[in-house]
Parts: sequence; structure tokens; C-alpha cells
Amino acid sequence: MRYPRRTSARADRFFAGLVASAGYFVLFALAGAAISMFWGGREAITTFGFDFFTSSNWDVGAGQFGAAVAIFGTLVSATIAMLIAVPISFGIALFLTEVAPNWLRGPVAAAIELLAGIPSIIYGMWGLFVLAPYLGEHIYPWVNDNLGELPLIGALFQGPPIGIGLLTAGLVLAVMVIPFTSSVMREVFLTVPTRLKESAYALGSTKWEVAWDIVLPYTRTAVIGGVFLGLGRALGETMAVTFVIGNAYNISASLLEPGTSIASSIANEFAEAVDPLHKSALLALGFVLFVITFVVLSISRLMLRQLKRREGTV
Amino acid sequence: MINSIKLRVAALALAAAFVAPAHAADITGAGASFIFPVMTRWSADYNKANGTRVNYQSIGSGGGIAQIKGATVDFGSSDAPLPPEELAAAGLGQFPSAIGGVVPVVNIPGITAGQVRFTGPVLADIFLGKITQWNDPAIVAINEGVTLPETRITVVHRTDGSGTTFNFVNYLSKVSPEWQTKVGEGVSVKWPTGIGGKGNEGVAAYVKQIKGGVGYVELSYALQSKMSYVAMQNKAGKWVQPGAESFQAAAASADWASAKDFYLIMTDAPGDASWPIAATNFILMYKQPKDAARSKAVTDFFSWVYVNGRTQAEELHYVPLPEPLVKQVQEYWTANFKF
Repeated sequence: MRYPRRTSARADRFFAGLVASAGYFVLFALAGAAISMFWGGREAITTFGFDFFTSSNWDVGAGQFGAAVAIFGTLVSATIAMLIAVPISFGIALFLTEVAPNWLRGPVAAAIELLAGIPSIIYGMWGLFVLAPYLGEHIYPWVNDNLGELPLIGALFQGPPIGIGLLTAGLVLAVMVIPFTSSVMREVFLTVPTRLKESAYALGSTKWEVAWDIVLPYTRTAVIGGVFLGLGRALGETMAVTFVIGNAYNISASLLEPGTSIASSIANEFAEAVDPLHKSALLALGFVLFVITFVVLSISRLMLRQLKRREGTV
Repeated sequence: MINSIKLRVAALALAAAFVAPAHAADITGAGASFIFPVMTRWSADYNKANGTRVNYQSIGSGGGIAQIKGATVDFGSSDAPLPPEELAAAGLGQFPSAIGGVVPVVNIPGITAGQVRFTGPVLADIFLGKITQWNDPAIVAINEGVTLPETRITVVHRTDGSGTTFNFVNYLSKVSPEWQTKVGEGVSVKWPTGIGGKGNEGVAAYVKQIKGGVGYVELSYALQSKMSYVAMQNKAGKWVQPGAESFQAAAASADWASAKDFYLIMTDAPGDASWPIAATNFILMYKQPKDAARSKAVTDFFSWVYVNGRTQAEELHYVPLPEPLVKQVQEYWTANFKF
């Protein structure tokens, strides 16, 4: 009896080690990526110091590099994307789990998954050749005339209606993010026990009340996870943004003005970064993007912990 | 029947597999998108004639210089010549491949190619962001008889390191002191205004998309994508249209014989018929390469281009090198290249 047990224990240890190494591989790869980007970018960071993060001067010819414009463009385009994508994704998921007739649920869910599979360059080309001219000709002039005059937010909408800029980038990103967030939301909405929903309906709740008071609280953690998955994609998206953001080192209050993002700057310039300082600045940009993503994820974790604590006390 | 076809296909595939190593002389190059259209034609025709394939990647002049310095390609290509000191430091040699021209292109409803005219200073003011409407008095004054709409001007420039940019801003610096002090020269500069496209292709695509857009591309890109290029006033004060003749005239004014390592920039050329933004494409190679056979294959290719590639170049609106210049290049090879 002892002999077989020993082998099974050994096999168990071996298996545990195997799984552990797979787990540690993630940490190792993560640390490796962060360290190598930081190491590659150290020259730019030591040359310009803290100015690298706050200066908006990116002049390749003069060897001056400041990341503020790219950071600004990345955050703004991702924010626009999430402002549009989250409510729509919520609507899609709710429709598919609560409202839609059964025969429709399968096809629409499959369509969303297909949307997620479209390569980002296709979204970029669609953005440049279809969306941007349409926006530039029909939507942005109207936005300019009608929203540009508003107090406070008016400045956001004054600008050249050329169809290419931060707002267009945000719109394209929103379309790209929706499949991710909505399919996560749909999956988790399906996990809500029927008896909970049925009880609420039995008490006379409307569909909205069920969604807001039963489905959402039950699935909160996973929904926030889905939103941040989408945000991660929006922050790091490269090709589609490069096509429609305008690639100009320019910070402006107007969302219609062209700008640039971290990922699109790297895509545009990395191949011909001859000057070591230029290459280093681009790697440092990559490191900044890494840090931004890390901060975003940490915030989501903190929010979740906060939520759990509140649930515990109430 | 089907079986025999299958057999033949298999035999061919097998033969190809064995023949492939014999193509070890296949050569790779990378750089300027300026010359990509004609390079594609040359390599296709050269492959037919000699069986050697030339694989050229259009990644921009900045990229071409970076790739050859990293020795990842057999030759690099740039529209911005490297100064002799920089060549010497890197152990590189440099020679011209073909001459072409950078043309401003516009997208104004109702305006056809060659209809609008720019002077150098007006072009500089547009790219400085000082002239912002198409019906600005400065543009209207030099375009009598052309109705220009009250449309906003959107400047489109290159975002990658580009020899097309190098020649364009070199010209603007020569004609506008303000450009010279505010922006300056280089393969990439800090643009005062506008949006950025990657490669000649990218700039062409944006200008076509944006009403009121103005950009600058190599002539064959403008013609291929049927864009409205503009006429320019040259140094002699004459109006010229872009094309082989005006590029040729600019090339004829250049003094190649006294240019060390062919370091010569052709913008703002003198002469009544000269196009003001003519540009030369340069090939960069190691003087003492690791793989001599491949570098020999590159010079063989360009020897063939100088003789048999002239019509293809002309068809695509480039100017082939004049005879004396070809001779000078060949002398340069013998004197400098050790393979």
C-alpha cells in the first residue's frame, strides 16, 4: 500500500509544482516587461527628470521629449470610449438576458462575439474611411454650432470639424470595447439565480427595478471587472487609434482637435527612432502606459474592496 | 489526368524547394516611401530578367537609415542625404538612385490638379498656421480667375521620420525666414499645426478624406490617387507645374561633380523651368559589408536599374539619373566599395 501512495504523493507534488510555475510565469513576465521598459526608458527619464511626464514638448528634431500630450490623449480617448461603451453594454446585456425573446438571444450574442473578433486595423480603416468623413461633414459642424456655445462644456466642442481627432478616436474605441464589456456583463447576468428575480417580479417590481436592485448588486464585482477589461483595451489600443486620432502633438480643450496617444506615438515612431534618446523616450512612454494600466487596475480593486466592506457593515 | 497534374504540382513544389537556396542572392532593402512605387516596378522586372528578387520595405527614410545602421538589410534608402562625416563614422557609402519631386496636394471642392498656385512664402505661412482659410487674400492674390471657397485649411504632415519631409521643410526654410527660426529642418520637425499621417500613403489618404486639406507627397502618389497637386513659383520667379520636365530641369542645375559622397540637396533650384522641391533618393550601403556577395548583388541591381530601369522610372514620373552622374556613381563604387 505504501508504494503506490508515495508515487501518488510525488505525482501530486510534481503537479503542484507545474501549476505553480505556470502561475509564477505570469508574475515573471509582468515584472520582466515592466523592468525592461523602465530600463530601456531610463535614459529619457534621467535626462528630462520629472519634466518627462509633465512637459508637452515632443520635438524629435531638437531631441526634446515630454509625454504629457500622449498621456492626455490616451486618458481622454479612453474616457470618452468608456462613457459611451458602459451604458450601451449594460443595455445590450440587459436586453439579452431579460427582455429579448428567446429566439433572438443566441444570434445577437453570437454577433457580439464576432464583433470582438474583428482585427483592430479593420476598425481603424472603418473609422478613417467611413466614420470620420461622415462625422466631419454631418455631425461635427452641427456639434460645433449647437454645443460649442454652451457654457462650461462649450470649449470641448469648438474646433475644426475635420472628422479626425480625440472624439472620433473615443467613438471608434467605444465600438471596439462594447463587445468585451457587454459579453462579460451578459455572462454574469445569466448567473443571477432565477428565484431572486422571480421573487422580485412577484412583489411587483418592474424590469428596471429588477435590473437595478437585483441583477446589478448581485453581479457588481464581475461587472466592474468587465468594465475595467474594456478600459484596459481602450488604453492600449494602437492601430485603430493611430488611424483616427490625427497624430499631432497638441493639447487642446476641444475634443474635435487632433491629438495623439501613447500607443499610437510608439507605433508611428518606433521603426525610425535612430537617436538613442528618441528610442528611450518611446520605451519610457510604454512604461508610462504600463503604470497607467496598473493604477487603473488598482483603483478597480480598491473600489471592489470598498464595496465589499460597505456590504459587510450595512 | 488529375493525378498527373497533382504529380506535376508536387514535382514543381519539390523543384522549387531545391531551387530556393540558389536564390541566396535575394536582396533586402528598406527606407524611403518616396521611391517605393518605382522600386516595386524595378524589382519585378529585375526578377524577370535575372531571377534575383529585391525585397524593398517602404518604412520611411528615418527607418531606412536605422535599418542599415543596424545591418538588418542589405541596403537602406533615404531621401535625406547623410553628411560625409556621418557616413565615414558609420562606414557607409551613399549614392543616388533616382530623382523625383515633392508636390503640395490640396483637397478643395471644385479645384482640379494644377489649378491652384502657391509661392514659397504662402506655402510656408499655410504650414505655419498663419493662413487658415482657402479664400485668404494672400492665396487669392496669386490665383486670379480661380474661385476659392471659404473653407478652413487643414494641414496634413508626416508623423514618421521622412525624407519627403526633409526636402519639403528644407525648401520652406530657404524661402521663409520665419519657418527657418520657428520650425527649422530635419527628417521630422515639430509641426506648428495640422494632423499627421504615416508615410506618403498616409498623407495622401488624409488629404483625400479631409475637405480643405493640404499636404505634400511624392508626385507619383499624387497621380496614383488622383489628387489635386498645385503649381509653384520657383526661384527664378516663374510658375511651374510638377512633372518630369521641371524635375529634370532642377536636376540639371545641380553640381554633382563637386558634391562629396553625393551630399547635395536640390530644393529651390535656379533655372526658369526648375521645380522648386525636387528631391533625390539615396541608397546607403556598407563599404565593407559582412556578406560581400549580397552587397555585390545590390550594386548589380542598381547597375541594371541605371541602364534598364529608365523607362519604368519615367512612366512613374521619376527622373532617371543623367549619364555623367551614372558614370560618377560607378567610379564611386570602385573607389569606395570593397567587394
